[in-house]
Amino acid sequence: MATLEIKNLHARVAEEDGEQILRGVDLEVKSGEIHALMGPNGSGKSTTSKIIAGHPAYEVTDGEILLHLEDDDFGDLEIPDDARTWNLLELEPNERAALGIFLGFQYPAEIEGVTMTNFLRTALNAKIDEREELLFGEDDEEEEEEAGYDTSPMEGNVDDGEVGVAEFQKLLKEKMDLLDMDEKFMQRYLNAGFSGGEKKQNEVLQAAILEPSIAVLDEIDSGLDIDRLQDVSKGINALRDEQGTGILQITHYQRILEYVEPDHVHIMLDGKVVKSGDASLASDLEDKGYDWVREEVYEAA
Amino acid sequence: MSSDQDHLKETDTEARFEFKKEQKAAFVAEKGLTEETIRVISEDKDEPEWMLERRLRALKQYQKMPMPTDWPGQPDLSEVNVDEIVPYIRPDVEVRGGVDDWRDLPDDIKDTFDKLGIPEAEKNALSGVGAQYESEVVYQNMQERWEEKGVVFMNMDQAVQEHEDIVKEYFMTKCVPPSDNKFAALHGAIWSGGSFVYVPEDVTVEMPVQAYFRMNSEGMGQFEHTLIVAEKGSEVHYIEGCSAPKYSAFNLHSGGVEVFVGEDAHVQYSTVQNWSKNTYNLNTKRAIVEKGGRMEWISGSMGSKATMLYPASILKGRGASDNHITIAFAGEGQNIDTGAKVYHNAPETKSTIESKSISKDGGRTNYRGLVHIANGAKNSSTAVECDALMFDNESTSDTMPYMEINESTVDVAHEATVGKIGDEDIFYLQSRGLDDDDAKQMIVSGFIEPITEELPIEYAVELNRLVELEMEGSLG
Repeated sequence: MATLEIKNLHARVAEEDGEQILRGVDLEVKSGEIHALMGPNGSGKSTTSKIIAGHPAYEVTDGEILLHLEDDDFGDLEIPDDARTWNLLELEPNERAALGIFLGFQYPAEIEGVTMTNFLRTALNAKIDEREELLFGEDDEEEEEEAGYDTSPMEGNVDDGEVGVAEFQKLLKEKMDLLDMDEKFMQRYLNAGFSGGEKKQNEVLQAAILEPSIAVLDEIDSGLDIDRLQDVSKGINALRDEQGTGILQITHYQRILEYVEPDHVHIMLDGKVVKSGDASLASDLEDKGYDWVREEVYEAA
Repeated sequence: MSSDQDHLKETDTEARFEFKKEQKAAFVAEKGLTEETIRVISEDKDEPEWMLERRLRALKQYQKMPMPTDWPGQPDLSEVNVDEIVPYIRPDVEVRGGVDDWRDLPDDIKDTFDKLGIPEAEKNALSGVGAQYESEVVYQNMQERWEEKGVVFMNMDQAVQEHEDIVKEYFMTKCVPPSDNKFAALHGAIWSGGSFVYVPEDVTVEMPVQAYFRMNSEGMGQFEHTLIVAEKGSEVHYIEGCSAPKYSAFNLHSGGVEVFVGEDAHVQYSTVQNWSKNTYNLNTKRAIVEKGGRMEWISGSMGSKATMLYPASILKGRGASDNHITIAFAGEGQNIDTGAKVYHNAPETKSTIESKSISKDGGRTNYRGLVHIANGAKNSSTAVECDALMFDNESTSDTMPYMEINESTVDVAHEATVGKIGDEDIFYLQSRGLDDDDAKQMIVSGFIEPITEELPIEYAVELNRLVELEMEGSLG
């Protein structure tokens, strides 16, 4: 079981006189749990998610983000004792991904010319390689590529990496069925020309393939119609139920929480988590609005 | 697996191009270019009188013409002093005109082409191979079944002797005359080696023929000439590859290519250029396309210090068509100035030009193109698309697509984009597990994908490998 622990996180925009956005965020998410992170625009929710993933546009000025791992986190892989706690702020974004952090983007990038199949298999293999290197310090230099015509422009190198093309195709088909996605997606370019809903579905698909310990989903519900919302919700629940992924879901709306029921709800205001509770907190918020939280928090202070 | 192949396996991609061989030659011309040098070379080749005359005429033209210096954004050619280069080196091989068995080559030359993977490629995917080392073709072979159908694939010097009539008619007369530009004139004076391809009527050469050009010596010039004559209804795909090890002194490559595409014939001409970064690569390539014929130019320019290359198609007959695909990659200290020229001189002619360029670490790419539609070329159409991707603020890219449209019933489309690689795109890929370099490489391969997916597979693989090589270790 993995635990993501955010302690007293302070951060600002990484430029001269950059605005201070986070002012002491505390949050803990464990594998298998679903957390909702709510709050008005500008309260720092998206910034929190990007900093967890390692976005270079922000500078952490105080606090830390730790990831604690346990033996069952990577299947049968035994994790050395000295590689169980990681300070994420010292790691590159791809290293964080290798250790099981996933960020579902509010606005996923569109990458022309790179098919979904090629991208996802490359990412999965990169993740597996990097994880081995981080955990065991092995720099598994890949064998020199043989001269020959074994590269397909559509699918990448046939022999490159742990997961071969055939095995990957099978995995992919399984996950796509689960999300009720059309197979045609696989030969399309990554997010290029996808509708808003397709992009979000694709984010969940990627999480399903990469099997993260902790997935942070930034406004995965924005721009979805009701059918797509249900597909996406089904996918998120499956991440938790079938892979034991811990979910930190950032949202403005109660709506998605009807389909993905959170174990914990947190409310952010002005760069801090000011209130936490169970699912009922989200419905209170729906009834009374953020002013209610604001009054309550600041009057108490 | 033979020991040769084991050796290949151990050679990393970079070493495939970078290794050097000690220079061993049978004949080395004096530096510089004089009438005397040309007479000596022509005599060494035992050429007919008319060829010597053409060379000398070209020399006069070369001496009269100024260096091009005033093109906007053009590569700096001030270092190119022809008096400093060795224009002709005949490698030390017994058989003039090239052997037809790799084993008959001296070990050092054989080893060079083994490392480049040429004999291996010949076995797998080619109808014929020619290999030029320094100034002369040292290996030439074509499968018998093509010979039986009357296809000719031989080195240019030999063709002067054995197919004198055809060569005399076509060689730098109607397609690329020496007066075309200063380097065409230089080429006309000093040319050596190259390929002659003749495809008879209605013959389709199914697998490509390939020529490989290697410069091994420091401070030399290579001036090979390629002449392709494709008769009515025939079809052929010619691939050329180029490389050289890097020296401190500059090398000059100034090739000349002339293609005659007969009625309803189809010629594809592909180039993968990976000259070392001290090479000036200044070529003239042109095709004349008859009625219903089709010419395709595919160029990947990765190497060289400076390249100036604008393959041209003259669409002479009704319904002739052209397709240009150009990929250029410029890193530190490189100026890759490429483009395309198409002359629509007949009705219902059609051209499409796609260009993709990538610049990084202060490199510069230019797209310089011309589409000319003559008065009377009714119902012709052209579509030009050029895209440039820059890695950083130090790199430069310019697009200069000129159009001269003298006919009103035509369809003209033009699209150009220039962009910088996006930080958010890189972060997105990184967040999925790709490191910084791999993320950038994936974006670049995606950028050129619309082009590579149209390429023959063996060519696309070679090109992708070179792009990866260019990106390795130079990022971040």
